[in-house]
Amino acid sequence: MEKVFSRKKAIIWGFIGLIILFIFPLFLPRFYVYLISIILLTGLLATSLNIVLGYGGIFQFHHAVFYGAGAYATALMIIKSGLTPWLGFLVGPLVSVLLSLIMGIICIRLSKLYFGMFQISLGSLVWIIVYRWYSFTGGDDGIHGVPLPDIISSPTSAYYFTLVITLISIFIMYKIIKSPFGSALQGIRDNPVRSEMIGINVKRHQLLALIIAGFFAGIAGSLFVVVDNTVFPDMLFWTLSLEILIMCLLGGWFSFLGPMLGAAIIILLRTFVSTFTSYWTLVLGILMMFVIFFLPNGVLGYIEEKLSKKS
Amino acid sequence: MLQVKGLSKSFDGFKAVNNANLDVQKGEIVAVIGPNGAGKTTLFNLITGIIKPDSGSVIFKGEDIIGLPPYEICRKRISRSFQIVNIFPRLTVFENTQIAVLARFKKTWDLFTPSKKIAVEETEEILKSVGLFDKKDRVTGLLSHGDRKILEIAMALGGNPEFLILDEPTAGMAPEETSKCIELIKSLSEKFGITILFCEHDMEIVFGIANRIMVMVRGSTIIQGTCDEVRCNQAVQDAYLGGSDVCLM
Repeated sequence: MEKVFSRKKAIIWGFIGLIILFIFPLFLPRFYVYLISIILLTGLLATSLNIVLGYGGIFQFHHAVFYGAGAYATALMIIKSGLTPWLGFLVGPLVSVLLSLIMGIICIRLSKLYFGMFQISLGSLVWIIVYRWYSFTGGDDGIHGVPLPDIISSPTSAYYFTLVITLISIFIMYKIIKSPFGSALQGIRDNPVRSEMIGINVKRHQLLALIIAGFFAGIAGSLFVVVDNTVFPDMLFWTLSLEILIMCLLGGWFSFLGPMLGAAIIILLRTFVSTFTSYWTLVLGILMMFVIFFLPNGVLGYIEEKLSKKS
Repeated sequence: MLQVKGLSKSFDGFKAVNNANLDVQKGEIVAVIGPNGAGKTTLFNLITGIIKPDSGSVIFKGEDIIGLPPYEICRKRISRSFQIVNIFPRLTVFENTQIAVLARFKKTWDLFTPSKKIAVEETEEILKSVGLFDKKDRVTGLLSHGDRKILEIAMALGGNPEFLILDEPTAGMAPEETSKCIELIKSLSEKFGITILFCEHDMEIVFGIANRIMVMVRGSTIIQGTCDEVRCNQAVQDAYLGGSDVCLM
Protein backbone atom coordinates (compact mmCIF):
# COMPACT_ATOMS: atom_id res chain seq x y z
CA MET A 1 0.00 0.00 0.00
CA GLU A 2 3.00 2.25 -0.32
CA LYS A 3 3.18 4.94 -2.92
CA VAL A 4 4.63 3.49 -6.08
CA PHE A 5 4.29 6.41 -8.42
CA SER A 6 5.01 10.00 -7.67
CA ARG A 7 1.83 12.01 -7.81
CA LYS A 8 2.85 13.80 -10.97
CA LYS A 9 3.71 10.59 -12.81
CA ALA A 10 0.44 8.99 -11.78
CA ILE A 11 -1.55 11.95 -13.08
CA ILE A 12 0.28 11.92 -16.42
CA TRP A 13 -0.21 8.18 -16.91
CA GLY A 14 -3.83 8.41 -15.82
CA PHE A 15 -4.40 11.20 -18.30
CA ILE A 16 -2.86 9.25 -21.17
CA GLY A 17 -4.98 6.24 -20.25
CA LEU A 18 -8.11 8.38 -20.21
CA ILE A 19 -7.42 9.83 -23.64
CA ILE A 20 -6.87 6.36 -25.08
CA LEU A 21 -10.13 5.15 -23.52
CA PHE A 22 -12.00 8.11 -24.94
CA ILE A 23 -10.73 7.75 -28.52
CA PHE A 24 -11.13 3.96 -28.72
CA PRO A 25 -14.50 4.03 -30.53
CA LEU A 26 -13.06 6.31 -33.23
CA PHE A 27 -10.92 3.56 -34.72
CA LEU A 28 -11.90 0.25 -33.15
CA PRO A 29 -14.55 -1.97 -34.75
CA ARG A 30 -17.90 -2.30 -33.07
CA PHE A 31 -17.16 -5.66 -31.49
CA TYR A 32 -14.15 -4.30 -29.59
CA VAL A 33 -16.07 -1.29 -28.39
CA TYR A 34 -18.65 -3.69 -26.99
CA LEU A 35 -15.90 -5.82 -25.47
CA ILE A 36 -14.23 -2.88 -23.74
CA SER A 37 -17.61 -1.74 -22.40
CA ILE A 38 -18.05 -5.18 -20.86
CA ILE A 39 -14.54 -5.07 -19.43
CA LEU A 40 -15.21 -1.68 -17.88
CA LEU A 41 -18.45 -2.62 -16.20
CA THR A 42 -17.13 -5.99 -15.06
CA GLY A 43 -14.06 -4.21 -13.72
CA LEU A 44 -16.38 -1.90 -11.81
CA LEU A 45 -18.16 -4.97 -10.45
CA ALA A 46 -14.88 -6.59 -9.38
CA THR A 47 -13.67 -3.36 -7.79
CA SER A 48 -16.89 -3.09 -5.80
CA LEU A 49 -16.37 -6.66 -4.59
CA ASN A 50 -12.84 -5.79 -3.60
CA ILE A 51 -14.05 -3.04 -1.25
CA VAL A 52 -15.46 -5.72 1.00
CA LEU A 53 -13.04 -8.52 0.05
CA GLY A 54 -9.61 -6.92 -0.17
CA TYR A 55 -10.18 -3.87 2.01
CA GLY A 56 -12.85 -5.21 4.34
CA GLY A 57 -11.67 -8.80 4.69
CA ILE A 58 -15.25 -10.02 4.38
CA PHE A 59 -15.71 -13.26 2.46
CA GLN A 60 -18.30 -11.98 0.03
CA PHE A 61 -18.76 -15.19 -1.94
CA HIS A 62 -21.94 -14.26 -3.75
CA HIS A 63 -21.40 -10.77 -5.07
CA ALA A 64 -23.03 -11.45 -8.44
CA VAL A 65 -26.45 -11.53 -6.84
CA PHE A 66 -26.30 -7.76 -6.29
CA TYR A 67 -25.11 -7.24 -9.85
CA GLY A 68 -27.96 -9.36 -11.24
CA ALA A 69 -30.51 -7.76 -8.93
CA GLY A 70 -29.44 -4.31 -10.13
CA ALA A 71 -29.66 -5.37 -13.77
CA TYR A 72 -33.06 -7.03 -13.35
CA ALA A 73 -34.45 -4.09 -11.37
CA THR A 74 -33.32 -1.70 -14.09
CA ALA A 75 -34.71 -3.80 -16.92
CA LEU A 76 -38.03 -4.53 -15.19
CA MET A 77 -38.49 -0.91 -14.19
CA ILE A 78 -37.97 0.20 -17.78
CA ILE A 79 -40.26 -2.44 -19.27
CA LYS A 80 -43.05 -2.70 -16.71
CA SER A 81 -43.43 0.82 -15.37
CA GLY A 82 -43.76 2.77 -18.58
CA LEU A 83 -42.01 5.68 -16.88
CA THR A 84 -38.86 7.29 -18.19
CA PRO A 85 -36.04 4.73 -18.62
CA TRP A 86 -33.68 6.92 -16.60
CA LEU A 87 -35.68 6.00 -13.52
CA GLY A 88 -34.60 2.41 -14.09
CA PHE A 89 -30.95 3.38 -13.63
CA LEU A 90 -31.85 4.85 -10.27
CA VAL A 91 -33.96 1.91 -9.15
CA GLY A 92 -31.34 -0.71 -10.13
CA PRO A 93 -28.65 0.32 -7.64
CA LEU A 94 -31.28 1.06 -4.98
CA VAL A 95 -32.68 -2.46 -5.19
CA SER A 96 -29.13 -3.79 -4.87
CA VAL A 97 -28.63 -1.62 -1.78
CA LEU A 98 -31.84 -2.93 -0.27
CA LEU A 99 -30.91 -6.53 -1.02
CA SER A 100 -27.40 -6.13 0.40
CA LEU A 101 -28.88 -4.51 3.51
CA ILE A 102 -31.28 -7.39 4.08
CA MET A 103 -28.76 -10.12 3.28
CA GLY A 104 -26.11 -8.25 5.24
CA ILE A 105 -28.20 -8.02 8.40
CA ILE A 106 -28.88 -11.75 8.22
CA CYS A 107 -25.33 -12.87 7.35
CA ILE A 108 -23.19 -10.40 9.30
CA ARG A 109 -23.61 -12.23 12.61
CA LEU A 110 -21.51 -15.01 11.11
CA SER A 111 -17.84 -14.53 10.40
CA LYS A 112 -15.31 -15.55 7.80
CA LEU A 113 -16.19 -18.68 5.80
CA TYR A 114 -19.57 -19.12 7.49
CA PHE A 115 -20.55 -15.69 6.27
CA GLY A 116 -19.62 -16.65 2.72
CA MET A 117 -21.40 -20.00 2.79
CA PHE A 118 -24.57 -18.47 4.19
CA GLN A 119 -24.45 -15.71 1.62
CA ILE A 120 -24.18 -18.26 -1.19
CA SER A 121 -27.28 -20.05 0.05
CA LEU A 122 -29.31 -16.85 0.43
CA GLY A 123 -28.10 -15.62 -2.95
CA SER A 124 -29.05 -18.89 -4.59
CA LEU A 125 -32.52 -18.39 -3.18
CA VAL A 126 -32.74 -15.07 -5.01
CA TRP A 127 -31.41 -16.76 -8.15
CA ILE A 128 -34.03 -19.53 -8.07
CA ILE A 129 -36.81 -16.99 -7.66
CA VAL A 130 -35.61 -15.10 -10.72
CA TYR A 131 -35.07 -18.34 -12.60
CA ARG A 132 -38.55 -19.72 -11.93
CA TRP A 133 -40.80 -16.69 -11.94
CA TYR A 134 -41.63 -16.77 -15.64
CA SER A 135 -44.50 -14.32 -15.54
CA PHE A 136 -42.43 -11.57 -13.98
CA THR A 137 -38.74 -12.08 -14.76
CA GLY A 138 -39.01 -14.14 -17.93
CA GLY A 139 -37.49 -17.16 -16.21
CA ASP A 140 -34.46 -18.74 -17.84
CA ASP A 141 -35.11 -16.80 -21.04
CA GLY A 142 -34.34 -13.55 -19.30
CA ILE A 143 -35.42 -10.25 -20.83
CA HIS A 144 -34.32 -9.17 -24.27
CA GLY A 145 -34.42 -5.89 -26.11
CA VAL A 146 -34.79 -3.54 -23.18
CA PRO A 147 -35.71 -0.17 -24.71
CA LEU A 148 -33.21 2.56 -23.87
CA PRO A 149 -33.22 6.33 -24.18
CA ASP A 150 -32.04 7.29 -27.68
CA ILE A 151 -28.99 9.11 -26.40
CA ILE A 152 -27.38 5.89 -25.08
CA SER A 153 -28.85 3.33 -27.47
CA SER A 154 -26.01 3.08 -30.01
CA PRO A 155 -22.96 0.95 -29.13
CA THR A 156 -20.67 3.97 -29.16
CA SER A 157 -22.85 6.11 -26.93
CA ALA A 158 -23.42 3.13 -24.63
CA TYR A 159 -19.64 2.84 -24.44
CA TYR A 160 -19.21 6.47 -23.46
CA PHE A 161 -22.02 6.23 -20.93
CA THR A 162 -20.40 3.14 -19.39
CA LEU A 163 -16.98 4.76 -19.41
CA VAL A 164 -18.12 7.92 -17.67
CA ILE A 165 -20.23 6.16 -15.04
CA THR A 166 -17.44 3.65 -14.37
CA LEU A 167 -14.86 6.39 -13.96
CA ILE A 168 -17.08 8.33 -11.56
CA SER A 169 -17.84 5.18 -9.55
CA ILE A 170 -14.20 4.17 -9.38
CA PHE A 171 -13.27 7.66 -8.24
CA ILE A 172 -15.92 7.63 -5.48
CA MET A 173 -14.80 4.18 -4.32
CA TYR A 174 -11.22 5.40 -4.23
CA LYS A 175 -12.28 8.34 -2.07
CA ILE A 176 -14.10 5.97 0.27
CA ILE A 177 -11.04 3.73 0.64
CA LYS A 178 -8.94 6.76 1.53
CA SER A 179 -11.50 8.14 3.99
CA PRO A 180 -11.57 7.48 7.74
CA PHE A 181 -14.21 4.86 7.03
CA GLY A 182 -11.78 3.18 4.63
CA SER A 183 -9.05 3.25 7.29
CA ALA A 184 -11.37 1.73 9.86
CA LEU A 185 -12.43 -0.91 7.36
CA GLN A 186 -8.82 -1.91 6.73
CA GLY A 187 -8.26 -2.05 10.45
CA ILE A 188 -11.22 -4.38 10.78
CA ARG A 189 -9.81 -6.55 7.99
CA ASP A 190 -6.47 -6.83 9.73
CA ASN A 191 -7.81 -7.37 13.22
CA PRO A 192 -11.49 -7.24 14.15
CA VAL A 193 -10.92 -7.87 17.85
CA ARG A 194 -8.50 -5.00 18.17
CA SER A 195 -10.79 -2.71 16.15
CA GLU A 196 -13.60 -3.37 18.58
CA MET A 197 -11.16 -2.69 21.42
CA ILE A 198 -10.31 0.79 20.13
CA GLY A 199 -13.95 1.78 19.94
CA ILE A 200 -15.14 0.70 16.49
CA ASN A 201 -18.51 -0.95 16.09
CA VAL A 202 -17.22 -3.68 13.78
CA LYS A 203 -20.50 -5.20 12.60
CA ARG A 204 -22.04 -1.86 11.64
CA HIS A 205 -18.98 -0.78 9.70
CA GLN A 206 -18.99 -4.10 7.87
CA LEU A 207 -22.67 -3.68 7.09
CA LEU A 208 -22.09 -0.24 5.59
CA ALA A 209 -19.23 -1.68 3.52
CA LEU A 210 -21.56 -4.39 2.22
CA ILE A 211 -24.14 -1.78 1.28
CA ILE A 212 -21.57 0.34 -0.55
CA ALA A 213 -20.32 -2.70 -2.45
CA GLY A 214 -23.90 -3.68 -3.28
CA PHE A 215 -24.62 -0.20 -4.57
CA PHE A 216 -21.73 -0.20 -7.03
CA ALA A 217 -22.49 -3.76 -8.09
CA GLY A 218 -26.01 -2.53 -8.85
CA ILE A 219 -24.59 0.26 -10.98
CA ALA A 220 -22.51 -2.30 -12.88
CA GLY A 221 -25.71 -4.32 -13.41
CA SER A 222 -27.54 -1.29 -14.80
CA LEU A 223 -24.63 -0.61 -17.13
CA PHE A 224 -24.86 -4.15 -18.45
CA VAL A 225 -28.45 -3.43 -19.46
CA VAL A 226 -27.21 -0.39 -21.33
CA VAL A 227 -24.43 -2.25 -23.14
CA ASP A 228 -26.18 -5.54 -23.84
CA ASN A 229 -29.90 -4.67 -23.77
CA THR A 230 -30.57 -7.99 -22.04
CA VAL A 231 -30.70 -9.58 -18.62
CA PHE A 232 -30.60 -13.29 -17.86
CA PRO A 233 -30.55 -15.45 -14.70
CA ASP A 234 -26.88 -16.40 -15.10
CA MET A 235 -26.06 -12.87 -14.01
CA LEU A 236 -26.89 -13.82 -10.45
CA PHE A 237 -25.69 -17.41 -10.52
CA TRP A 238 -22.90 -18.27 -8.09
CA THR A 239 -20.41 -19.26 -10.81
CA LEU A 240 -20.26 -15.62 -11.86
CA SER A 241 -19.51 -14.68 -8.25
CA LEU A 242 -16.61 -17.09 -8.35
CA GLU A 243 -15.41 -15.53 -11.56
CA ILE A 244 -15.35 -12.02 -10.08
CA LEU A 245 -13.61 -13.36 -7.01
CA ILE A 246 -10.93 -14.81 -9.27
CA MET A 247 -10.63 -11.44 -11.04
CA CYS A 248 -9.80 -9.82 -7.69
CA LEU A 249 -7.22 -12.46 -6.79
CA LEU A 250 -5.70 -12.51 -10.26
CA GLY A 251 -5.39 -8.75 -10.59
CA GLY A 252 -4.33 -8.19 -6.99
CA TRP A 253 -6.78 -7.71 -4.17
CA PHE A 254 -4.57 -5.38 -2.18
CA SER A 255 -4.18 -3.01 -5.13
CA PHE A 256 -7.03 -0.65 -5.81
CA LEU A 257 -7.01 -1.17 -9.59
CA GLY A 258 -6.03 -4.84 -9.39
CA PRO A 259 -9.59 -6.16 -9.86
CA MET A 260 -9.98 -3.95 -12.93
CA LEU A 261 -6.91 -5.55 -14.49
CA GLY A 262 -8.11 -8.99 -13.43
CA ALA A 263 -11.45 -8.37 -15.12
CA ALA A 264 -9.68 -7.34 -18.33
CA ILE A 265 -7.46 -10.43 -18.32
CA ILE A 266 -10.29 -12.87 -17.70
CA ILE A 267 -12.69 -11.37 -20.21
CA LEU A 268 -10.02 -11.21 -22.91
CA LEU A 269 -9.06 -14.81 -22.16
CA ARG A 270 -12.65 -15.94 -22.32
CA THR A 271 -13.26 -14.10 -25.58
CA PHE A 272 -10.15 -15.14 -27.44
CA VAL A 273 -9.21 -18.52 -25.97
CA SER A 274 -12.74 -19.81 -26.35
CA THR A 275 -12.46 -19.35 -30.13
CA PHE A 276 -9.76 -22.05 -30.09
CA THR A 277 -11.16 -24.39 -27.48
CA SER A 278 -14.30 -24.69 -25.46
CA TYR A 279 -12.17 -25.55 -22.43
CA TRP A 280 -11.00 -22.01 -21.83
CA THR A 281 -11.48 -22.47 -18.10
CA LEU A 282 -8.64 -25.00 -18.24
CA VAL A 283 -6.33 -22.21 -19.37
CA LEU A 284 -7.73 -20.02 -16.61
CA GLY A 285 -7.10 -22.78 -14.05
CA ILE A 286 -3.47 -23.17 -15.06
CA LEU A 287 -3.00 -19.41 -15.07
CA MET A 288 -4.55 -19.20 -11.63
CA MET A 289 -2.14 -21.82 -10.30
CA PHE A 290 0.81 -19.82 -11.57
CA VAL A 291 -0.56 -16.69 -9.98
CA ILE A 292 -0.99 -18.41 -6.62
CA PHE A 293 2.55 -19.81 -6.72
CA PHE A 294 4.46 -16.91 -8.18
CA LEU A 295 2.35 -13.77 -7.75
CA PRO A 296 0.60 -14.06 -4.40
CA ASN A 297 -0.33 -10.37 -4.56
CA GLY A 298 -1.79 -10.66 -8.05
CA VAL A 299 -0.56 -9.28 -11.34
CA LEU A 300 -0.86 -5.61 -10.42
CA GLY A 301 0.56 -6.32 -6.97
CA TYR A 302 3.60 -7.83 -8.69
CA ILE A 303 4.03 -4.85 -11.01
CA GLU A 304 3.77 -2.42 -8.09
CA GLU A 305 6.35 -4.43 -6.19
CA LYS A 306 8.79 -4.29 -9.13
CA LEU A 307 8.24 -0.57 -9.62
CA SER A 308 8.74 0.28 -5.97
CA LYS A 309 11.98 -1.71 -5.90
CA LYS A 310 13.27 0.16 -8.93
CA SER A 311 12.57 3.60 -7.52
CA MET B 1 -12.45 4.30 40.03
CA LEU B 2 -12.80 0.63 39.13
CA GLN B 3 -14.28 -2.01 41.39
CA VAL B 4 -14.43 -5.65 40.44
CA LYS B 5 -16.59 -7.73 42.76
CA GLY B 6 -17.01 -11.49 42.81
CA LEU B 7 -16.24 -11.86 39.12
CA SER B 8 -16.40 -15.45 37.83
CA LYS B 9 -16.08 -17.10 34.45
CA SER B 10 -15.73 -20.75 33.57
CA PHE B 11 -14.97 -22.42 30.25
CA ASP B 12 -16.42 -25.93 29.94
CA GLY B 13 -16.40 -26.34 33.69
CA PHE B 14 -12.87 -24.98 34.14
CA LYS B 15 -13.04 -21.97 36.44
CA ALA B 16 -10.70 -19.54 34.70
CA VAL B 17 -11.72 -16.68 36.96
CA ASN B 18 -13.35 -17.57 40.23
CA ASN B 19 -14.49 -14.84 42.57
CA ALA B 20 -11.93 -12.19 41.60
CA ASN B 21 -11.99 -8.91 43.48
CA LEU B 22 -10.11 -5.78 42.59
CA ASP B 23 -10.23 -2.16 43.55
CA VAL B 24 -8.35 0.57 41.71
CA GLN B 25 -8.29 4.21 42.81
CA LYS B 26 -7.83 7.13 40.45
CA GLY B 27 -4.19 7.81 39.58
CA GLU B 28 -2.88 4.53 40.94
CA ILE B 29 -0.69 1.96 39.24
CA VAL B 30 -1.98 -1.46 40.22
CA ALA B 31 -0.31 -4.73 39.27
CA VAL B 32 -1.97 -8.10 38.96
CA ILE B 33 0.41 -10.99 39.52
CA GLY B 34 0.01 -14.72 39.66
CA PRO B 35 1.43 -17.88 38.19
CA ASN B 36 0.78 -18.77 34.54
CA GLY B 37 -2.84 -19.72 33.98
CA ALA B 38 -4.02 -17.86 37.05
CA GLY B 39 -6.62 -16.03 34.98
CA LYS B 40 -5.02 -12.61 34.64
CA THR B 41 -5.69 -12.20 30.93
CA THR B 42 -9.20 -13.60 31.33
CA LEU B 43 -9.81 -11.01 34.04
CA PHE B 44 -8.73 -8.26 31.62
CA ASN B 45 -10.92 -9.72 28.88
CA LEU B 46 -13.86 -9.66 31.27
CA ILE B 47 -13.27 -6.04 32.26
CA THR B 48 -12.96 -4.90 28.65
CA GLY B 49 -16.03 -6.80 27.48
CA ILE B 50 -14.36 -9.26 25.11
CA ILE B 51 -15.97 -12.09 27.05
CA LYS B 52 -19.01 -11.98 29.29
CA PRO B 53 -18.73 -13.15 32.91
CA ASP B 54 -20.97 -15.78 34.49
CA SER B 55 -21.44 -13.67 37.60
CA GLY B 56 -20.07 -10.67 39.43
CA SER B 57 -19.87 -6.99 38.65
CA VAL B 58 -17.44 -4.47 37.21
CA ILE B 59 -18.16 -0.91 38.32
CA PHE B 60 -16.34 1.87 36.49
CA LYS B 61 -16.88 5.37 37.89
CA GLY B 62 -20.10 4.27 39.58
CA GLU B 63 -21.52 2.54 36.53
CA ASP B 64 -21.86 -1.18 35.90
CA ILE B 65 -20.16 -1.93 32.59
CA ILE B 66 -20.86 -5.67 32.50
CA GLY B 67 -22.61 -6.69 29.31
CA LEU B 68 -21.50 -3.67 27.28
CA PRO B 69 -19.77 -4.47 23.97
CA PRO B 70 -16.02 -3.70 23.84
CA TYR B 71 -16.43 -0.58 21.68
CA GLU B 72 -18.84 0.94 24.21
CA ILE B 73 -16.44 0.22 27.05
CA CYS B 74 -13.63 1.80 25.05
CA ARG B 75 -15.72 4.96 24.66
CA LYS B 76 -15.92 5.16 28.44
CA ARG B 77 -12.17 5.75 28.18
CA ILE B 78 -10.95 2.33 29.20
CA SER B 79 -8.19 1.19 26.82
CA ARG B 80 -5.99 -1.85 26.82
CA SER B 81 -2.95 -3.35 25.21
CA PHE B 82 -2.61 -7.04 24.55
CA GLN B 83 -0.12 -9.61 25.76
CA ILE B 84 0.14 -11.21 22.34
CA VAL B 85 0.76 -8.43 19.84
CA ASN B 86 -2.59 -7.46 18.40
CA ILE B 87 -2.19 -4.79 15.73
CA PHE B 88 -3.09 -4.11 12.10
CA PRO B 89 -0.15 -5.79 10.35
CA ARG B 90 -0.74 -4.51 6.81
CA LEU B 91 -0.97 -0.86 7.83
CA THR B 92 1.74 1.58 8.89
CA VAL B 93 2.55 2.65 12.45
CA PHE B 94 0.86 5.97 11.76
CA GLU B 95 -2.29 4.38 10.35
CA ASN B 96 -2.53 1.93 13.24
CA THR B 97 -2.54 4.73 15.77
CA GLN B 98 -4.65 7.05 13.63
CA ILE B 99 -7.51 4.56 13.42
CA ALA B 100 -7.71 4.54 17.21
CA VAL B 101 -7.81 8.35 17.27
CA LEU B 102 -10.41 8.45 14.46
CA ALA B 103 -12.55 6.01 16.41
CA ARG B 104 -12.37 8.26 19.46
CA PHE B 105 -13.41 11.29 17.38
CA LYS B 106 -16.26 9.17 16.00
CA LYS B 107 -15.00 9.99 12.51
CA THR B 108 -15.03 6.44 11.17
CA TRP B 109 -18.36 6.99 9.44
CA ASP B 110 -16.90 9.78 7.34
CA LEU B 111 -16.81 8.53 3.75
CA PHE B 112 -15.33 11.36 1.78
CA THR B 113 -12.79 13.43 3.73
CA PRO B 114 -9.29 12.10 3.06
CA SER B 115 -7.94 10.28 6.12
CA LYS B 116 -4.58 11.92 5.79
CA LYS B 117 -6.09 15.26 6.75
CA ILE B 118 -7.84 14.16 9.93
CA ALA B 119 -6.42 13.65 13.41
CA VAL B 120 -2.86 13.97 12.15
CA GLU B 121 -1.65 16.20 14.98
CA GLU B 122 -3.12 14.06 17.73
CA THR B 123 -1.71 10.90 16.20
CA GLU B 124 1.76 12.37 15.80
CA GLU B 125 1.69 13.62 19.36
CA ILE B 126 0.96 10.12 20.64
CA LEU B 127 3.71 8.64 18.49
CA LYS B 128 6.15 11.24 19.82
CA SER B 129 5.22 10.54 23.41
CA VAL B 130 5.88 6.81 23.03
CA GLY B 131 8.97 7.33 20.87
CA LEU B 132 7.77 5.78 17.62
CA PHE B 133 7.56 9.00 15.62
CA ASP B 134 10.63 8.30 13.48
CA LYS B 135 9.13 4.94 12.46
CA LYS B 136 5.69 6.24 11.63
CA ASP B 137 5.66 5.23 7.96
CA ARG B 138 6.82 1.66 8.51
CA VAL B 139 4.43 -1.19 7.88
CA THR B 140 3.85 -2.68 11.31
CA GLY B 141 4.20 -6.28 10.19
CA LEU B 142 7.91 -5.57 9.72
CA LEU B 143 8.61 -3.90 13.09
CA SER B 144 10.69 -5.49 15.83
CA HIS B 145 8.79 -7.20 18.61
CA GLY B 146 9.65 -4.47 21.10
CA ASP B 147 8.39 -1.72 18.81
CA ARG B 148 5.19 -3.63 18.22
CA LYS B 149 4.60 -3.88 21.96
CA ILE B 150 5.10 -0.11 22.22
CA LEU B 151 2.72 0.37 19.31
CA GLU B 152 0.21 -1.67 21.30
CA ILE B 153 0.38 1.02 23.97
CA ALA B 154 0.23 3.82 21.39
CA MET B 155 -2.96 2.37 19.95
CA ALA B 156 -4.45 2.12 23.41
CA LEU B 157 -3.54 5.78 23.98
CA GLY B 158 -5.41 6.71 20.80
CA GLY B 159 -8.62 6.36 22.77
CA ASN B 160 -7.40 9.03 25.22
CA PRO B 161 -7.92 6.68 28.17
CA GLU B 162 -8.42 7.56 31.80
CA PHE B 163 -7.93 3.93 32.64
CA LEU B 164 -5.31 1.88 30.86
CA ILE B 165 -4.94 -1.88 31.06
CA LEU B 166 -1.58 -3.32 30.02
CA ASP B 167 -1.30 -7.06 29.63
CA GLU B 168 2.36 -7.98 30.16
CA PRO B 169 3.68 -4.84 28.46
CA THR B 170 7.33 -5.89 28.55
CA ALA B 171 6.96 -9.57 27.67
CA GLY B 172 9.62 -10.66 25.21
CA MET B 173 11.44 -7.32 25.19
CA ALA B 174 15.20 -6.89 25.19
CA PRO B 175 16.61 -5.41 28.47
CA GLU B 176 17.04 -1.85 27.18
CA GLU B 177 13.61 -1.94 25.55
CA THR B 178 12.18 -3.06 28.87
CA SER B 179 13.65 -0.14 30.76
CA LYS B 180 12.36 2.29 28.12
CA CYS B 181 8.93 0.74 28.39
CA ILE B 182 8.94 1.11 32.17
CA GLU B 183 9.88 4.77 31.82
CA LEU B 184 6.99 5.16 29.40
CA ILE B 185 4.50 3.57 31.80
CA LYS B 186 5.73 5.77 34.63
CA SER B 187 5.44 8.92 32.53
CA LEU B 188 1.91 8.01 31.42
CA SER B 189 0.95 7.88 35.05
CA GLU B 190 2.87 10.95 36.17
CA LYS B 191 2.45 13.30 33.20
CA PHE B 192 -1.00 12.38 31.96
CA GLY B 193 -2.49 11.12 35.21
CA ILE B 194 -3.68 7.89 33.61
CA THR B 195 -4.74 5.17 36.02
CA ILE B 196 -2.94 1.96 35.10
CA LEU B 197 -3.74 -1.69 35.71
CA PHE B 198 -1.13 -4.11 34.45
CA CYS B 199 0.06 -7.64 34.83
CA GLU B 200 3.64 -8.76 34.61
CA HIS B 201 5.82 -11.71 35.45
CA ASP B 202 8.97 -9.76 36.16
CA MET B 203 8.79 -9.05 39.91
CA GLU B 204 11.43 -6.35 39.68
CA ILE B 205 9.16 -4.34 37.41
CA VAL B 206 6.08 -5.07 39.50
CA PHE B 207 7.61 -3.93 42.77
CA GLY B 208 9.36 -1.07 41.00
CA ILE B 209 6.34 0.74 39.63
CA ALA B 210 3.16 -0.59 41.25
CA ASN B 211 1.49 1.29 44.09
CA ARG B 212 -0.53 -1.75 45.00
CA ILE B 213 -0.59 -5.38 43.96
CA MET B 214 -3.35 -7.91 43.53
CA VAL B 215 -2.37 -11.58 43.60
CA MET B 216 -4.39 -14.14 41.69
CA VAL B 217 -4.07 -17.90 42.07
CA ARG B 218 -6.25 -20.35 40.18
CA GLY B 219 -8.71 -17.65 39.24
CA SER B 220 -9.23 -16.26 42.73
CA THR B 221 -7.94 -13.13 44.37
CA ILE B 222 -5.92 -14.11 47.40
CA ILE B 223 -4.80 -10.66 48.45
CA GLN B 224 -4.76 -7.07 47.32
CA GLY B 225 -2.44 -4.73 49.17
CA THR B 226 0.68 -2.63 49.13
CA CYS B 227 3.97 -4.08 47.99
CA ASP B 228 5.11 -4.80 51.55
CA GLU B 229 1.88 -6.47 52.52
CA VAL B 230 2.04 -8.73 49.50
CA ARG B 231 5.74 -9.48 49.84
CA CYS B 232 5.44 -11.19 53.20
CA ASN B 233 2.00 -12.73 52.85
CA GLN B 234 1.95 -16.44 53.62
CA ALA B 235 -0.55 -17.39 50.91
CA VAL B 236 1.51 -15.61 48.26
CA GLN B 237 4.59 -17.45 49.33
CA ASP B 238 2.73 -20.74 49.22
CA ALA B 239 1.62 -20.02 45.70
CA TYR B 240 4.97 -18.85 44.43
CA LEU B 241 7.59 -20.55 46.50
CA GLY B 242 5.87 -23.66 47.69
CA GLY B 243 5.64 -22.52 51.30
CA SER B 244 9.20 -21.51 52.18
CA ASP B 245 9.61 -18.82 54.81
CA VAL B 246 11.60 -16.36 52.76
CA CYS B 247 9.98 -13.14 51.72
CA LEU B 248 9.52 -12.59 48.01
CA MET B 249 12.37 -10.40 46.75
